[in-house]
Amino acid sequence: MSTAFSAAKFSTQPFSTISHDSPLVFAKPTSQFFGSTRKLRLTSSSKFNLSRRSGTVVAVSDYVKQKTSKSTTSLLITKEEGLELYEDMVFGRAFEDMCAQMYYRGKMFGFVHLYNGQEAVSTGFIKLLKQQDSVVSTYRDHVHALSKGVPARAVMSELFGKTTGCCRGQGGSMHMFSREHNLLGGFAFIGEGIPIATGAAFTSKYKREVLKEADCDHVTLAFFGDGTCNNGQFFECLNMAALWKLPIVFVVENNLWAIGMSHSRATSDPQIYKKGPAFGMPGIHVDGMDVLKVREVAKEAIGRARRGEGPTLVECETYRFRGHSLADPDELRDPAEKDHYAARDPIRALKKYLIENSLASEAELKAIDKKIDEVVEDAVEFADESPIPARSQLLENVFADPRGFGIGPDGRYRCEDPKFTEGTARV
Amino acid sequence: MAAIFHGVGAAASLSLSPSNSFDSNKSVFSPRRSFSARKGASFAVVRSEGTVNLNLKGRRAQQLISNAVATTADSIDASSSSKPGHELLLFEALQEGLEEEMERDPRVCVMGEDVGHYGGSYKVTKELAKKFGDLRVLDTPIAENSFTGMGIGAAMTGLRPVVEGMNMGFLLLAFNQISNNCGMLHYTSGGQFTIPIVIRGPGGVGRQLGAEHSQRLESYFQSIPGIQMVACSTPYNAKGLMKAAIRSENPVILFEHVLLYNLKERIPDEDYICNLEEAEMVRPGEHVTILTYSRMRYHVMQAAKTLVNKGYDPEVIDIRSLKPFDLYTIGNSVKKTHRVLIVEECMRTGGIGASLTAAITENFNDYLDAPIVCLSSQDVPTPYAGTLEEVTVVQPAQIVTAVEQLCK
Repeated sequence: MSTAFSAAKFSTQPFSTISHDSPLVFAKPTSQFFGSTRKLRLTSSSKFNLSRRSGTVVAVSDYVKQKTSKSTTSLLITKEEGLELYEDMVFGRAFEDMCAQMYYRGKMFGFVHLYNGQEAVSTGFIKLLKQQDSVVSTYRDHVHALSKGVPARAVMSELFGKTTGCCRGQGGSMHMFSREHNLLGGFAFIGEGIPIATGAAFTSKYKREVLKEADCDHVTLAFFGDGTCNNGQFFECLNMAALWKLPIVFVVENNLWAIGMSHSRATSDPQIYKKGPAFGMPGIHVDGMDVLKVREVAKEAIGRARRGEGPTLVECETYRFRGHSLADPDELRDPAEKDHYAARDPIRALKKYLIENSLASEAELKAIDKKIDEVVEDAVEFADESPIPARSQLLENVFADPRGFGIGPDGRYRCEDPKFTEGTARV
Repeated sequence: MAAIFHGVGAAASLSLSPSNSFDSNKSVFSPRRSFSARKGASFAVVRSEGTVNLNLKGRRAQQLISNAVATTADSIDASSSSKPGHELLLFEALQEGLEEEMERDPRVCVMGEDVGHYGGSYKVTKELAKKFGDLRVLDTPIAENSFTGMGIGAAMTGLRPVVEGMNMGFLLLAFNQISNNCGMLHYTSGGQFTIPIVIRGPGGVGRQLGAEHSQRLESYFQSIPGIQMVACSTPYNAKGLMKAAIRSENPVILFEHVLLYNLKERIPDEDYICNLEEAEMVRPGEHVTILTYSRMRYHVMQAAKTLVNKGYDPEVIDIRSLKPFDLYTIGNSVKKTHRVLIVEECMRTGGIGASLTAAITENFNDYLDAPIVCLSSQDVPTPYAGTLEEVTVVQPAQIVTAVEQLCK
């Protein structure tokens, strides 16, 4: 049953995603896109046996090299998929760049954490989900929200603190929520979203097994960083998810830095993916600057969860091009390191792949760039013109049932007082 | 102004009538009926001869428990109630409430340490796992922050979990989730996600359990915006509050007390809930308002016996709702007696009594004839030694002295 990640499956089943529009092209094994200079590789044994007790640690780039060298001629994506991935990553990048501009112009305040450079992880994973699947993020959540389908207007308005924001202006940059798109946050403290994601996965299992909704196979993705992997909630949830085989994927966005704390200075064993097998789930390491590799791993991990085989820990090695937040001077990181990763910009890499494999032309990609610019401009305009919250909004969402404000001295529930929402009534 | 001393033979009156209210223009009761699911309060009237006469409103009988840890109760004349009801202990009442709600709504589930196979460390979830299965009554690993967060995530996505802290003190580890997510997430999501979770467990000072197992977390949680807190004290209100909390769309923290689980009472057979925001009138009176909750209610009632024999007529209110306060019941009482004594188990600093003192002063200062007296536990970690532990919490003798002082 647990044949996910099995070597047999890898080698005998060629991908069916064959491009329709262009002739099959051999992927060049020496392409810079596939090769990686990273040394972190643990080749698994030929038996990728995933029993409950042992998880296997796999590095995907080897598999990909294996595939291309076997000269199975299929590409990893179709043209449609390629364009979708490209558009989503450009969208994330353009939006974040606009956020930076708006912040410095005084349109948004507080702590704003931008996602530049990490787009491959968000796009690679979230574009494989259905609407009913859930995503839980951290404070670096704008792009997760966009990938999940939250409209740019709603996110930008939220950042501007307007009532038309996805959280009515009450959440802000670090608290993006969307019931419609099943984005369960947006959390300011690291690690505190992971139990929430575990709960959402628990609901999925509960619906299937207790409420007998047999086709409920909703999957939850929990995104968090390298710093979180030293936090208790991470380990506690790895344990519970593996124990109950919850349909969840733990996605570590290891960008090597937690504000100014380098991952290697904070962690006794910096190889996070190895911690998965310790809890009885597979641990995968993947190049997070390469959206196609991320997508392949994501497919397997999400598939595993959907089939009820349990959780997976995926460590995506990635990098943020900007500082931790817009308030971070970013002085500690070595410029050589920044240059190294800038050269592996995921958007540029995908663009190169699409063009070299004749999946798209320059013109098509430029058209997407232009379209995205317009969408982002429109979002800013919309947010600018949206109204700021009225004073009466202050108390509206404290309780789902406003009787929770209690009974006033006159015997009526406080919320029955017509002046209550103006905030003039005492709480 | 009410006379301070009653003559022998005078009986304290049952008051639900508007005559005691000074606000003669306002209708006292009707606005609340529409929201309230109250089945009608009943009172035990202590006549000065010392006998207990129970007023039965036809639907429930409440008994006076004079001892804090009584296991048997005075027998009640139930002949005037329409249904006989059934007798059970407080922990059984909680279990009954929980079981009925789980039968009523398949989304209600329980999570906690040893709630399943073990049946709960205080047997509140006894037999439930056998009946509903291991997923609905989930035995969790020892990871309070994470399983409380898991409960919150489940609540956001459609379930109605009841999270048990084996001891309320353990929920200190879950403070992150309770404050940030349980309390605030409905707000920060702009109202998109509701968190209909119930967090419950035993707290309070027990019998030499040591400092860490004797904590009163209601004072730590009370500032968290977005949550409601209730404390049960009798089998009747335990079952009623449990059911109301489960049915509520708000996150509710239900505080039980380690020493009250074996209280016995006869409760109605039919379905009922106790309103989460209302206080409970335990004993109406004229001289002084005594506000209390949970275990201290029994110390107060014990002191009340002594006080009545000395000629005082205290009004005792079990506030039940720790957040928000039922300022209506409390206010009416203050307006009647003009003297307030708060008896609580929290520590003096930052406790429920401190907040209640502030609320009463802000709202009813004009009606007070004397400063509010707040009797709380000592600001010390609860010692193990029995003699020291005894003086850590408020004892009936102190309550009697305080009333005598207040009524001078």
